[in-house]
Amino acid sequence: MKKLWKKINKQVCQATITVTAALSISAFSVNAEELGYPEKEELKFGFIKLTDMAPIAIAYEKGFFEDEGLYVTIEAQANWKVLLDGVIDGRLDGAHMLAGQPIAATIGYGTEAEIITPFSMDLNGNGITVSNQIWEKMKVNIPKRPDGKPVHPIKADALKPVVEEYLDQGKPFNMGMVFPVSTHNYELRYWLAAGGIHPGFYAPHKGDTSGQLDADVLLSVTPPPQMPATMEAGTIYGYCVGEPWNQQAVFKGIGVPVVTDYEIWKDNPEKVFGISKQFAEKYPNTTIRLTRALIRAAKWLDENNNANRPEAVKILAQSNYVGADAEVIANSMTGTFEYEKGDKREVPDFNVFFRYNATYPYYSDAIWYLTQMRRWGQIDVDKPDSWYFDVAKKVYRPDIYQKAAQSLIADKLMSAADFPTLTTDDGFRAPQTHFIDGIVYNGKAPNEYINKFSIGLKAGDKI
Amino acid sequence: MTSLTEKLQPGKVNLPSWLSKQLNHLGKVIMPLIGIICFLFIWSLSASNIDTSLGKFPGPSAVVTQLGNLHQEHMDERSKEQAFYVRQDKRNADRVAKDPNYVAKIRSYTGKETFYQQIGTSLITVLSGFLLAAIVAIPLGIAIGLSKSLNSAINPMIQIFKPVSPLAWLPLVTMVVSAVYISDDPMFAKSFVNSMVTVTLCCLWPMVIQTSVGVASLNSDWLNVSRVLRLPAFTHVQKIVLPATVPAIFTGMRSALGIAWMVLIAAEMLAQNPGLGKFVWDEFQNGSSQSLSRIMSAVFVIGLIGFLLDRGMLVLQRTLSWDKTSASL
Repeated sequence: MKKLWKKINKQVCQATITVTAALSISAFSVNAEELGYPEKEELKFGFIKLTDMAPIAIAYEKGFFEDEGLYVTIEAQANWKVLLDGVIDGRLDGAHMLAGQPIAATIGYGTEAEIITPFSMDLNGNGITVSNQIWEKMKVNIPKRPDGKPVHPIKADALKPVVEEYLDQGKPFNMGMVFPVSTHNYELRYWLAAGGIHPGFYAPHKGDTSGQLDADVLLSVTPPPQMPATMEAGTIYGYCVGEPWNQQAVFKGIGVPVVTDYEIWKDNPEKVFGISKQFAEKYPNTTIRLTRALIRAAKWLDENNNANRPEAVKILAQSNYVGADAEVIANSMTGTFEYEKGDKREVPDFNVFFRYNATYPYYSDAIWYLTQMRRWGQIDVDKPDSWYFDVAKKVYRPDIYQKAAQSLIADKLMSAADFPTLTTDDGFRAPQTHFIDGIVYNGKAPNEYINKFSIGLKAGDKI
Repeated sequence: MTSLTEKLQPGKVNLPSWLSKQLNHLGKVIMPLIGIICFLFIWSLSASNIDTSLGKFPGPSAVVTQLGNLHQEHMDERSKEQAFYVRQDKRNADRVAKDPNYVAKIRSYTGKETFYQQIGTSLITVLSGFLLAAIVAIPLGIAIGLSKSLNSAINPMIQIFKPVSPLAWLPLVTMVVSAVYISDDPMFAKSFVNSMVTVTLCCLWPMVIQTSVGVASLNSDWLNVSRVLRLPAFTHVQKIVLPATVPAIFTGMRSALGIAWMVLIAAEMLAQNPGLGKFVWDEFQNGSSQSLSRIMSAVFVIGLIGFLLDRGMLVLQRTLSWDKTSASL
């Protein structure tokens, strides 16, 4: 009897296994085949004139959108606010966004709206530039290499005496960044704070969103393409912005990029592709299909060791995309970066679009932005770790990304080798160590991370 | 002009009439020509002396080259458009083969607007904004002109809103339009509606004022005729007021169209309506070595179109108005 039971049990077990296996296989293939035609075919995407909008331009020019049955119009936007409002009110179906924008919109800092991201657009790609006048003063504080060129990375320690000189004379030291919740704001703040310069707090609960409380350096917003002109006019002494606006300063001879964000935080997440949650729910196939097109474009950009970059530069130089001179765009896109005029150095990973899982929307990336929002007071009260995870899961949608990637593999448009960690990822990058101040970031412990900084709000602090 | 030619030739005052006529004609052609040549000369001279961070300020030749480029880009875009439709037809055919129930729909071309298309967009936007303003302003102006009390009631608002810059209206218009104008498949782009409404708000006032002044200063004899005949109010407006104020209405419309065109460029820059304003803005943002010459080309095109619009209005006025003296060229 017992034996019989065992036998039956075993058979049942086996049957279940086969059935589940069959089911899961069929589920998988059904899943892949199920990806139907897009519900909405005519789409309009917004972007800001920066080289990291490249995946959108490439997906259009190389026909990846059309391959998905999507008829996409791409439109440059005046500034980040206009772009975000466009996605919120439906004028735009999706857009190239600052990583902080969907997060800030979701937690209600600025305009409140549910924006999600199924696709992270790139890593790195920003720089901090100072005017020639400030550079001359900074230069004496920077150690030199045997060949006379400054040792990199240049830390804000070199800038500190200059800022102090200005403060002693009672002159404000102004710098530009592109948006209150932009990567650039947090990177500039990170770099300044790592050198002992206080970039100021936000106090939204008191109605102060200038971000200049207790500040040594006053940061203000300028749209990216106007950065060089604003610095030339003397309104700001330096800025943090994406390409080509740092290289533009070198070409025009009005300033010197001192540090790239690659040196501040190696392989930091930069832009994302943002869509409204409502859009993703209403048009699931369209969402997956546009993600597929963008993944293919990102791969094309990094393929064969950046072999396609020169072609990409030509496309981006068209007046309807970035529109700057091709040689300016090429400087950073093809793996070099010119600091001081003539000081051109290899930075092969200055713009990363696909390598190192660049396109995967990691929760830990979202959480880093949240920690910085808390550090500088944009989030005015303490939040438990669980809150950080919840927000990240609301905004970053690896589930959509995975569906897109799996269907690309099923359609043989890409291979499983292109997504080495697709099935094993839990949405958190391993603790990241390459910060300019040596502080390690672990996305699984946000509050612990916030407490590590000497400048910035810590647990329990309130302005 | 005659006096000028006379001054140039002080010894020969008594020219035969045909000769002086000829000289007159010549003067009409030659003087503007001399003016233009002088302008081009001064422009190219000063342009080569202005160094900007985007290179030299564009001179006449750079602008001509750029106009050529813009035309070439238009032609290139047209051939890309054709390829787009060929690809689309094929894709639709494939899908119909797989899924016979599918009704293929032709999607319009998704590429960038060319310079010519941007000119077209600007013209459509300005004319629709202007017409909308005219529809509101002319009846309002007549009503104000007819009634003194209505005039004193509305006048303060007109005086306050008249000098407001389009840049002040635009943020308000944008927010209101995005709150009110909601539809799943909007007939007009919001950027178009924003720019159009802003244009309307700015060119409304001169038309209202001119029309009401025209009505108020109606010839009293005509008013008396109307009174003697005991015309009903509507007929009074139709037969007496309207025909009599046509010259005034046109004067208002002409200056309003001028304002509308100026306002439009600014509104398009901010609202991102894909017309000439956006062209200028985008080129400014691009900051490439060609940007300035492209903007300069747009400046000339904007000026030329503004001039043509004004002339068009004048011709219309001459054909429709009984008082030909009010519309001298």
